[in-house]
Amino acid sequence: MKLITAIVKPFKLDDVRTALSDIGVQGITVTEVKGFGRQKGHTELYRGAEYVVDFLPKVKVEVAVSDEMSDKAVEAITQSANTGKIGDGKIFITNLESAIRIRTGETGSEAL
Amino acid sequence: MEGQVIELAYALDTFYFLVMGAFVMWMAAGFSMLEAGLVRSKSTVEILTKNIALYSIASIMYMLVGYNLMYPADGNGFMPAISFFLGADNEAADVIASGGDVYYSALSDFFFQVVFVATAMSIVSGAVAERMKLSSFLLFCVVMTGLIYPIQGYWKWGGGFLDAAGFSDFAGSGVVHLCGAAAALAGVLLLGARKGKYVNGKINAIPGANMPLATLGTFILWLGWFGFNGGSELMVSNVGEANAVAMVFVNTNAAAAGGVIAALLFSKILFGKFDLSMSLNGAIGGLVSITAEPLAPTPELAAIIGAIGGILVVISIIVLDKSRIDDPVGAISAHGTCGIWGLIAVCLSNGDATLGAQLYGAAVIFAWTFVMALIFWGILKMIIGIRVSEEAEEMGVDVAECGMEAYPEFKQ
Repeated sequence: MKLITAIVKPFKLDDVRTALSDIGVQGITVTEVKGFGRQKGHTELYRGAEYVVDFLPKVKVEVAVSDEMSDKAVEAITQSANTGKIGDGKIFITNLESAIRIRTGETGSEAL
Repeated sequence: MEGQVIELAYALDTFYFLVMGAFVMWMAAGFSMLEAGLVRSKSTVEILTKNIALYSIASIMYMLVGYNLMYPADGNGFMPAISFFLGADNEAADVIASGGDVYYSALSDFFFQVVFVATAMSIVSGAVAERMKLSSFLLFCVVMTGLIYPIQGYWKWGGGFLDAAGFSDFAGSGVVHLCGAAAALAGVLLLGARKGKYVNGKINAIPGANMPLATLGTFILWLGWFGFNGGSELMVSNVGEANAVAMVFVNTNAAAAGGVIAALLFSKILFGKFDLSMSLNGAIGGLVSITAEPLAPTPELAAIIGAIGGILVVISIIVLDKSRIDDPVGAISAHGTCGIWGLIAVCLSNGDATLGAQLYGAAVIFAWTFVMALIFWGILKMIIGIRVSEEAEEMGVDVAECGMEAYPEFKQ
């Protein structure tokens, strides 16, 4: 099993969620985060004083998938989150050791 | 029949005082919201506590001694006679016998005046926000509302030497707003800037947490100001007075509007953006500017006076920042700088006023309040300190001073 973590632009969240749902991924966890990669921040003005906003709002999407689904999920996220502009985000894939459904106690790919 | 008319006029004018006073009381809510919106969320509870507490302390201190100091039965022009507690009200028979000279309830006059001292005091709370010890602030309140404000108020509205010198201040650009700003400036100078505001020669922005609250607060102040200026006409019960009150309302509105538009355009020119927080200050600056004389100008002139106030407040905020004087809400600029402008602007429309007398009054009010405030802030600083610890400031005065968060469900 793999844990796929994707950092995407906030307004792309709905598209990503729909794309994952379309390929059969049933569970998703979403967190609001801030960050930057090579995309620089911007300057704002408050009462005449400039301040740099380095950290940009992003959304972290986490999905746990079986090994077979992994490539399809990555492709779905990549296509739906892509705008072609700087700051589109990144996807990280980590190995998922185990998964358990709390209500029933199912484990492994039955828990996904 | 004539007795009935006199009684009716008395009742109307008393009612007018009470309702206008209630409008000015509502300004306390305005200041609370404006300040809560312009500080960081970790300082919100503390500033709200300051605002409701200062209003209450002002109410009590003015009732105990302040009102009698400001409007004494006796005085030599500089020092009023000292007396405590409020006196009895007028009897109907006395009112009728006076032929209408006594035209309002004595207690309604107290009520109308007490909300003004609260306004002056609340100017200070914004300027010292986010780093002052709550207990020191509240102790200062006691002195400001019980002594400092009443004495300079006596000098003008109580019939003291400033009044005799021809100084003109209809509703308090000097007596209320400049006075509050002077006390605020003294406090801020002894307090120092917020940590991280001025670092390595750079002015850092510390954005306010809640623009909707700040805007709401400004609108509430605008509404309350109709009572502040309108009520200061002191009478409404005949055609002349009713018309005068109407003019005051119109001019007050025009000046605020002029202040907003001027500040908005000016900030667009200076910063390239329409700055909401500056336009809110512009409204206040415009209102303060017309407060010394909201009756005599034409509405067009009132709008211009307000507009100049709106530009002055923006310039003043920038100058104070460059001078490393940290005023999180722009109170010293809106009430002090525009208060002085308001006193000077009286000469534009009131033929009885002279520039000399206006500047004299401004200087006396500023000097008295600033020096007295400096002394009392200084005493407080020596005995118990006026600034919270660095750690408390980092953590936020809400948690450190009040043991409470404003938005406990929002995690950092």
